[in-house]
Amino acid sequence: MNARADIATMEKTKLAVRNLSFHYGGFQALKNITLDIPQNKVTAFIGPSGCGKSTLLRTFNRMFELYPEQRAEGEVLLDGVDLLTSKDDVSLIRARIGMVFQKATPFPMSIYDNVAFGIRLFESLSRVEMDERVEAALRHAALWDEVKDKLGQGGASLSGGQQQRLCIARGIAVRPEVLLLDEPCSALDPISTAKIEELIHDLKREYTVVIVTHNMQQAARCSDYTAYMYLGDLVEFGPTSEVFMRPSKRDTEDYITGRFG
Amino acid sequence: MSDRHLSTQFDTELSGVSTRVLEMGGLVESQVERAVRSLASLDTVLAAEVLATEAGVNAAEIAIDRDLSTIIARRQPTARDLRLLIAISKTIANLERVGDEAAKIARTVQRLVDSGVSSRLRLPVNDLAYEAELAVSQLRKALDAFARLDVPRALEVLRKDDLIDQEFEGLLRKLVTFMMEDPRMISSSIDIIFVAKAIERVGDHAKNLAEQIIYVVKGMDVRHNPVGAVEDLMR
Repeated sequence: MNARADIATMEKTKLAVRNLSFHYGGFQALKNITLDIPQNKVTAFIGPSGCGKSTLLRTFNRMFELYPEQRAEGEVLLDGVDLLTSKDDVSLIRARIGMVFQKATPFPMSIYDNVAFGIRLFESLSRVEMDERVEAALRHAALWDEVKDKLGQGGASLSGGQQQRLCIARGIAVRPEVLLLDEPCSALDPISTAKIEELIHDLKREYTVVIVTHNMQQAARCSDYTAYMYLGDLVEFGPTSEVFMRPSKRDTEDYITGRFG
Repeated sequence: MSDRHLSTQFDTELSGVSTRVLEMGGLVESQVERAVRSLASLDTVLAAEVLATEAGVNAAEIAIDRDLSTIIARRQPTARDLRLLIAISKTIANLERVGDEAAKIARTVQRLVDSGVSSRLRLPVNDLAYEAELAVSQLRKALDAFARLDVPRALEVLRKDDLIDQEFEGLLRKLVTFMMEDPRMISSSIDIIFVAKAIERVGDHAKNLAEQIIYVVKGMDVRHNPVGAVEDLMR
């Protein structure tokens, strides 16, 4: 499959994972993962529950450090600099690598403040500048038209799909380089899902997007590259069109065709 | 590793549609056989049977296509499953055309008989029968390979296509000689050339079927490649 390797090497790598292993106490959740995530592309992680796809995503912004018994070995290089050993404040890393979770997590504050909150941590902007940034983020998240007349209302007053787009707006308001999406549509109806997928497609112009999804059709629809994981191993990684039409590994084929899962 | 889906209903749908393809294949195979037999014996009754059955071949194509659309809409198949369904869609289009070729032969038989051609005429029936035997055997082999998704057997079909082509060329030369020797033979010889061409096309369709089997199993589109290049790809 040399052709496949050639395509992958044509892309500029944004995040390079090198020999990454991950442990939850005594349990090894990731086994020596090496993978290049291309810049300005959407990369999807798929695999059955417990395969390590969310764990892998969570190492990218050191989310796991909240729990003392969890540890990562290996490297996660953002533009060539290892994030795992970086001395930078972890909140600076998370400003560069934003994350949106499975369940929408609006802060208990107004729609406006939900978006402005992150920006205020890193920048002090005038009221006018802040208004512009909030509007830009909400527009980018395809939410502006639905909320522009009620920016003072609580974020929790929005529908599930709107809340999730609000979280995406919050994530991109601080202008990250990478956006991590952990099952962003799993609790959403098909229309909201379609809106988020459309948004993902637009976001890749400015961001590198990594999405974890249980929905294989979603990975097929909105990603450029797909990684199939199983029991902590990276089984196959390649262009989505190849992985879904002609996977190189029998295990991948069995999973995506529904012969196993 | 299992060949079965978690959804047994999906398995049932796939095996159901594959079975119908094989049934349709069996039907057109018998159409070709009967059409050639009707020519050898100038049997218009048999030719009429072939023409009457053609509607059934067409209906099978439409019914299988409808099933394919339903499966794609409901199951959103991927990888090998998707390749199988795409290949079936092309396979049945080829089978339907094989049916058309059989009907073409049957119509020729009726025309020959209507125009007063008798069995005393020196028609190269044996050569035609041999060419048809090769073509039908190719078709049968291709369908057999489809049933088992058997790549070596599909390759065999690709390799043997040349034989039919050679047979067709030989027949053509013979008929040209006939026409030069006896101008009264021209009209019926031209009819026979069209029949020989129809049989040769049956062989081509069998070859197309074989290429689709390779696509299903290997995921490689080998159409428009000489057989040697295809064999190299398979190595």
